[in-house]
Amino acid sequence: MKFLRKLKERLIEGLLFISGGLTSLIVVLIVVFLFREGLGVFGSPTMESSSVLAVNKKNPIQTLTAAQIKNIFDQKITHWNEIGGSNDTIILFYVDDIGVYYSDEQIGSLDNIPNLISNLVDSIPNMLAYFPSKQLSKNFKGNIIASEKVNAKNFLGGKEWLPTAEPAAQLGVLPLILGTLLVSFLAILIALPLGLATAIYMGEIANDKIRRIMKPVIELLAGIPSVVYGFFGLVVIVPLIKDAFGLDVGETALSGSIILAIMALPTIITISEDAMRNTPRAMKEASLALGATQWQTIYKVVIPYSASGITAAAILGIGRAVGETMAVLMVTGNASVMPHSILQPVRTIPATIAAELGEAPQGGLHYKALFALGCILFLITLIINLSVESISKRKKGQRH
Amino acid sequence: MKNNLLFFVLVFAGISCASPDKSSEEKTAAVARKTFTVKGSDTMLPLTQQEAESFMKDDSMTTISVVGGGSGVGISALIDGSNDMAMSSRDLKMEEKLKLEDKKIKIIETIVGYDALSVVVNPSNKVSQLTREQLEDIFTGKIKNWKDVGGINQKIIVYSRESSSGTYEFFKEHVMSKKNYANDVLSLSSTGAIVQSVAQTPGAIGYVGMAYADQSVKNLSVSYDQGKTFVSPSLATALDKSYPVSRPLYYFYDEAKASLVKPYVDFVLSPPGQKMLRTLGYVPVK
Repeated sequence: MKFLRKLKERLIEGLLFISGGLTSLIVVLIVVFLFREGLGVFGSPTMESSSVLAVNKKNPIQTLTAAQIKNIFDQKITHWNEIGGSNDTIILFYVDDIGVYYSDEQIGSLDNIPNLISNLVDSIPNMLAYFPSKQLSKNFKGNIIASEKVNAKNFLGGKEWLPTAEPAAQLGVLPLILGTLLVSFLAILIALPLGLATAIYMGEIANDKIRRIMKPVIELLAGIPSVVYGFFGLVVIVPLIKDAFGLDVGETALSGSIILAIMALPTIITISEDAMRNTPRAMKEASLALGATQWQTIYKVVIPYSASGITAAAILGIGRAVGETMAVLMVTGNASVMPHSILQPVRTIPATIAAELGEAPQGGLHYKALFALGCILFLITLIINLSVESISKRKKGQRH
Repeated sequence: MKNNLLFFVLVFAGISCASPDKSSEEKTAAVARKTFTVKGSDTMLPLTQQEAESFMKDDSMTTISVVGGGSGVGISALIDGSNDMAMSSRDLKMEEKLKLEDKKIKIIETIVGYDALSVVVNPSNKVSQLTREQLEDIFTGKIKNWKDVGGINQKIIVYSRESSSGTYEFFKEHVMSKKNYANDVLSLSSTGAIVQSVAQTPGAIGYVGMAYADQSVKNLSVSYDQGKTFVSPSLATALDKSYPVSRPLYYFYDEAKASLVKPYVDFVLSPPGQKMLRTLGYVPVK
């Protein structure tokens, strides 16, 4: 009998060890996967290898940055001299334009196209041709333009996010990073005081009857799907913000922050309230017995005692805000501009990943860039967690 | 007591793991039946789902699974051979044609209907027509105020779909002559959200599938000939091809699989199939 009980305990111990180990392993695997996919973006060319840009042999231009390519194809740059070439107009050529230069009889079969493109680039000195690399003839008579590679500087410092732009993708993530930080910090700025106040009220001031109703109601908030919050935001908060501030458009960083604040509230309230209720009765009674008022007891005894729990609540709240996808996607407008004010549309990292990952071809540049964004998000959360934890540790050290 | 409970859970988990795999049996049963996958455009997803359901009701020996993911996804799966038929809201790209040629796959394309795009504004807006060039300038950020296109002095708020959407690509290619959207364009993840936002924002402009443009927004007439004739979006103008912002909806399949999928394609093209397409808000072929 004793042996059996021991065996049982061993088994359960083993099981607990396995589940702990498994969880850690899964976390590590996910992080490894995230970074393996994401870091691949650095060093990749901004143009897909399946296409090439080519110019006439005599053209002095050898390389173009992604931004230059975009501006040329948007016809914001129309002359070669704007990028250091001759004074002539840039003539753009897409492979579908082949019919403009050659008749159907001249083209004949698809096999002739590479030669025709080669001849065309050779005969028109100011042409910038964009075509699939399959159509590149073996003895091509022009120069192939080398496209810029993605590096830390143009990725993290770039201000334009147009990942599906052709010929060259624009992968500047700075507006997305700033947008994410702006929305999340604003959200926590709203949610933390409100959440703490509610937690103090529920933990210390409210009587049992009110508390017994309020607590499950607040916890219920956490169970509502985020898309419902998003729709609520779109239909209620967005017009409200628009009218309150007299704006042209209500989809702003502030709308997103308000929704996120509401979503982070249950986490902050429940965890910090639990922490406060864990303050030993003896400590509170001692404080009251010394003549402290209830408020003095709360902020001199209860809050310091539960500081680590409140910190945990804040971390989890920020975590929820930084990583939240669907609700933000619906109310912030998702314009990838540099945020200048809180009353302006912004695009956040999670919203970008959610909206674009489904359609990004696996293993492509866009896909890798989205994973790199995931890495950045991971690092942001990590830094926030570590700093909040170190702050709370230092505070604890001072008190004792 | 608690330990006993844990034990019970453990034993139960063991039993459920040990239960035999049923999928192999199911596979042998499916040989007699016809099964194929249709994958691709999200625009065509509701259409294909409904048509497939009603087709399967008539023909109980055929099972059609319909998967979304976007036109590009469906076509690349067709090239890989992991998909029997691609639904696509755009024609094959040159690159895709070359890949198919490499693999010696002969593709049959069938246009099953059209999807007209409405350019919509807030009902309070006085502007009721725009040329293609004006639309291009608005969406690329060159024109920023309604007074430049005959409206009141009010900032233009541009709403677009996300870059993953086929509609985004179509609009860029056919209305904006392949130029990129301006940075400050607001991008929303669904057509419904665009209708909602345009309806509640006075200076807004956006584009949606014709079926989605309800009473809460105002349709604009569009001119593709520098302002000589303006055509408003409607079933009639989309049918007689006078409305320019309309795109064909395709089914692509391998010729070798024609015997498998052709009955379904024929059903979609048949009068009841086309009627169903029409009730869903698409424009029939005939």
